[in-house]
Amino acid sequence: MTAPPDTAPRAATVPPEDIKAVPVRHPWRWVSVAVLGLLVAMLVNSIVTNDAYRWGTVGKYLFDQRLSRGALVTLELTVVAMALGVALGVVLAVMRLSPNPILTSVAWVYLWVFRGTPVYTQLVFWGLISVLYPQLGFGVPFGPEFASFQTTQLITFFVAAVIGLSLNEAAYMAEIVRAGILSVSEGQTEAAAALGMRRGHIMRRIVLPQAMRVIIPPTGNELISMLKTTSLVIAVPLTTDLYSSAREIGIRLFQPLPLLICAAIWYLAITSVLMVGQYYLERHFARGSQRSLPLTPLQKLRRRLGGSPGGREARAAPHVPLGGGGGERAGGGGL
Amino acid sequence: MTAEARTGVPPMVLAEGVHKRFGRLEVLRGIDLAVQRSEVMCVIGPSGSGKSTFLRCINHLEQINAGRLYVDGVLVGYRQRGDKLYELRESEVAQQRIGVGMVFQHFNLFPHMTALGNVVEAPLRVKKESKREVHERARALLDRVGLADKADSYPSQLSGGQQQRVAIARALAMRPKLMLFDEPTSALDPELVGEVLDVMRGLAETGMTMVVVTHEMGFAREVGDELVFMDAGVVVEAGPPREVLANPQHERTRSFLSKVL
Repeated sequence: MTAPPDTAPRAATVPPEDIKAVPVRHPWRWVSVAVLGLLVAMLVNSIVTNDAYRWGTVGKYLFDQRLSRGALVTLELTVVAMALGVALGVVLAVMRLSPNPILTSVAWVYLWVFRGTPVYTQLVFWGLISVLYPQLGFGVPFGPEFASFQTTQLITFFVAAVIGLSLNEAAYMAEIVRAGILSVSEGQTEAAAALGMRRGHIMRRIVLPQAMRVIIPPTGNELISMLKTTSLVIAVPLTTDLYSSAREIGIRLFQPLPLLICAAIWYLAITSVLMVGQYYLERHFARGSQRSLPLTPLQKLRRRLGGSPGGREARAAPHVPLGGGGGERAGGGGL
Repeated sequence: MTAEARTGVPPMVLAEGVHKRFGRLEVLRGIDLAVQRSEVMCVIGPSGSGKSTFLRCINHLEQINAGRLYVDGVLVGYRQRGDKLYELRESEVAQQRIGVGMVFQHFNLFPHMTALGNVVEAPLRVKKESKREVHERARALLDRVGLADKADSYPSQLSGGQQQRVAIARALAMRPKLMLFDEPTSALDPELVGEVLDVMRGLAETGMTMVVVTHEMGFAREVGDELVFMDAGVVVEAGPPREVLANPQHERTRSFLSKVL
């Protein structure tokens, strides 16, 4: 990268010749490629030739309506439970960091209970909630009741699954959010307070947006983990999700394995879509933390197809160098 | 006993026997000071002398343990009724801080907002002023600190000196009656110090009351109306900057100045 002519008046008029050196050789890379290639070939061969996989059955049932409906239920569970889990997690994290000792201890006990018991047990518990409380009602505590419902009608298996998954998730999200909040320097809070902002405002407008950069990557993990944890809702028991649907068809056909592969392909597909979403979300919240954002894969592709032959230049393209005016640091690169 | 009782018009800042402890460490051990309106007071002293802590007490970022501190004749952080002091609620403390702008050593700009976003945030959402007016004023302020063309840049795209100038504009956007500067040039490259001091000098010329904790003796001499030398939590010496710098009365002041001048 050459400096702009106006900031480097003493630059040579003839650009110097680029160094042409023999690059370092990496023979072991070629060896590892050969070994890996061999192993992959063996694996592919076995997958294709082993009839027990029953690829015909896989292809036949992959887009079966029962499976796609199951995938929809799984997706609904994931999104709803995750949304509730994140919301409650933020509340718990703020409670844990609050100066109020009562809020802090309540949040601590919550975390202790919900992180300390397996999610499977929690799901079974919420499925059995109607045994503990057959009726739920609104009214004055220890006084008259205005309305009451059968618990089994109010808390269906789907609702029980959502409650179980989201309450458990909230405990984990609370710790992720807390770590994010703690990662924002105290100077930010002080500067905001010095401007007359109040605690809620500081949290919402100053701290949380910056904490997002730390919060989002592990939350992406949690979301993908949640997608797979939904296969446990059979404990409630909710049997309309992707895993249970595949299992049911497999048992009926006496061919559990191909249907398991079908389910795995669905899970993998959904996970892939979520990963793309996570990538763009992280980019959005990286705003202001980097001088220039790296290109997205799509932008890279577009540059390579339609762009100049100098791919290196495209990658190294800096943002506009810090413009004129007094007392700037010179140049854009290497800061 | 309030400030008016003595002078008629209360000084902008009045400290009476201010003490501040962190645990068992006594950082301020009885500070008595008065900053008059439109006065620029520069506070110097070795690190750990309590000068930054005193500044932070003025807008209640730190709570004082003893003594009284008034800004514009109003007690900071407390309400006095009879002999009793009542702690102010968070909203009341925030209200008090609106009148006091602060500039930090490490700028503390909000990195996820543009320069303009930093300046308009508090007037828009704390004072709830109209958007058009705030944006106009913010652009005028950025122009005044020489950064009209950087309104849409993020802090990470600005040099240290530019960031500090945005921070000054951000504080001024709240129309404070008092500005506090906590070593505003200490984190800057030497060649960037001048641009920030120029902005501060311009601000002093408009009649803004300023308390400046600094190591810039040249600035203190030329712009300051009063120079205060602090050490070990007390005011050792105070007076017109030229006199204090040229003819320090105390041994401690002399030895400090001999090292920094």
